[in-house]
Amino acid sequence: MNTGDTAWVLTSSALVLLMTMPGLAFFYGGLVRRKNVLSILMQCFIILAMISLQWMLYGYSITFGPDIKGIIGNLDWFALKGVGGLPNPDYAATIPHSAFMIFQCMFAVITPALIVGAYAERMKFSAFLVFTILWATFVYDPLGHWVWGTGGWLKNLGALDFAGGIVVHTSSGVSALVLAIMLGKRVGTENGITYKPHNMPFAVLGAGLLWFGWFGFNAGSALAANELATNAFIATNTATAAAAFTWPMIEWIVGGRPTALGCATGAVAGLVAITPACGFVTPINALFIGILVSVFCYIACAKIKAIFKYDDSLDVFGVHGVGGIWGTLATGLFAEKVVNEAGADGLLFGNAHQFMIQCLLVAAAIIFAVVMTVIIFKLVDAVIGMRVEKKSELVGLDLTQHSESGYTLIE
Amino acid sequence: MKYIVAIIQPHKLDEVMKTLEEIDVNLMTVSNVLGRGRQKGVTEVYRGAREVGSLLKKVKLEIACNEDFVAPTIDAIIKGARSGEIGDGKIFVLDLVDVVRIRTGERNGNAIG
Repeated sequence: MNTGDTAWVLTSSALVLLMTMPGLAFFYGGLVRRKNVLSILMQCFIILAMISLQWMLYGYSITFGPDIKGIIGNLDWFALKGVGGLPNPDYAATIPHSAFMIFQCMFAVITPALIVGAYAERMKFSAFLVFTILWATFVYDPLGHWVWGTGGWLKNLGALDFAGGIVVHTSSGVSALVLAIMLGKRVGTENGITYKPHNMPFAVLGAGLLWFGWFGFNAGSALAANELATNAFIATNTATAAAAFTWPMIEWIVGGRPTALGCATGAVAGLVAITPACGFVTPINALFIGILVSVFCYIACAKIKAIFKYDDSLDVFGVHGVGGIWGTLATGLFAEKVVNEAGADGLLFGNAHQFMIQCLLVAAAIIFAVVMTVIIFKLVDAVIGMRVEKKSELVGLDLTQHSESGYTLIE
Repeated sequence: MKYIVAIIQPHKLDEVMKTLEEIDVNLMTVSNVLGRGRQKGVTEVYRGAREVGSLLKKVKLEIACNEDFVAPTIDAIIKGARSGEIGDGKIFVLDLVDVVRIRTGERNGNAIG
């Protein structure tokens, strides 16, 4: 047991909590219209509450618990039975098993919260709750087991995902695209109208908090306060800086102005892309990953979305899906054993095999997330109905779903 | 000359602007306002305390126009803002005494457009 490691992992857990609430909540909350700001904050907040409970009751057990055929964990650790102060050497030998559990809890929380941006401004609150708990149970938990759980089939193949490029970002990004398409466009956006963000300072504040909290997400994933954590910390900062700088430059080059939202979005894209790679690549390669992710995500958000005309309200697919896929593939390109002995060399260091494994990892995650999300959507839509009525959507979700309003005009 | 004041549902603003554009009325002043009509506002709940009779958020349009445009402008606002339900709003038409364009000092009909 190492007290320094334990202190760092507990601190990191709190940092990752900060990413969801208030980081992500305000990033998304600022980007919607005034009449829906509370619905976003509420969705993020209640996910934090609901998934925390799900995780301690059974989510942790089926994700990281004793393996069943490489597919899922069993329920031996139901309600944290046996998950206590003794380290579990399979996951982290120097910290209490329960510290690893609470760190992972915050990952389980933020992943479904990322999807909020895709169905923003039109999802029924009751359907949102049911969808979220089903998605966490049948998409996040199994996928987490495949990639991170002892005995998981992708982990056994040697797939590399340091902090969740696949498990967190690709899974949520791809599911977000499915939801946005199946749910349909927001009323009024049929003619190509896009809604303006109601509070840009909130969005930029949220992005800043995400960057801050992400050090817990990525450097914390070393599960120790050591040189690997430091490498992940620096790689994260480098890729994010590169992406945050590149995005507004692209806007400038293609004829617009460099925007604050572009800078913030670039930062988030950079954070996403470096997530799977930060514990395997050097800072200089993190720089390339960061520059390129802004190029790919800019194309996805500004061009591909316009061509295919889906209403992914806040670009969850364009940033987290595309960024997560790129980061996972980039791990197969840039990974070096010099950085992390437990990792592998990538394509650029003579190991094409690792790149193929990363491709398989991406394909498996996409197929699984798409199929499961379609099934869960159909189910919840049939029983509850996913979308609010048109009138409720026009009036706004704050008033119709929560009987509150975010702002007053006069006292 | 008339001064047309319309109180409409906030989410109808885009549509009203479109119907006005169709008849070439592009000049307007828009503001967020609060108000209530016969339905006496909405119910909001804060920590269990019901706030009945709050004021509703509305949007106010103000348009100054020459006589020829009065009827088409009113029709266009109705076309864009009507849902047929309570809360669609009202249009007030006022006589307009004078208009001055600050930049040039032009008056009345010349200054209005």
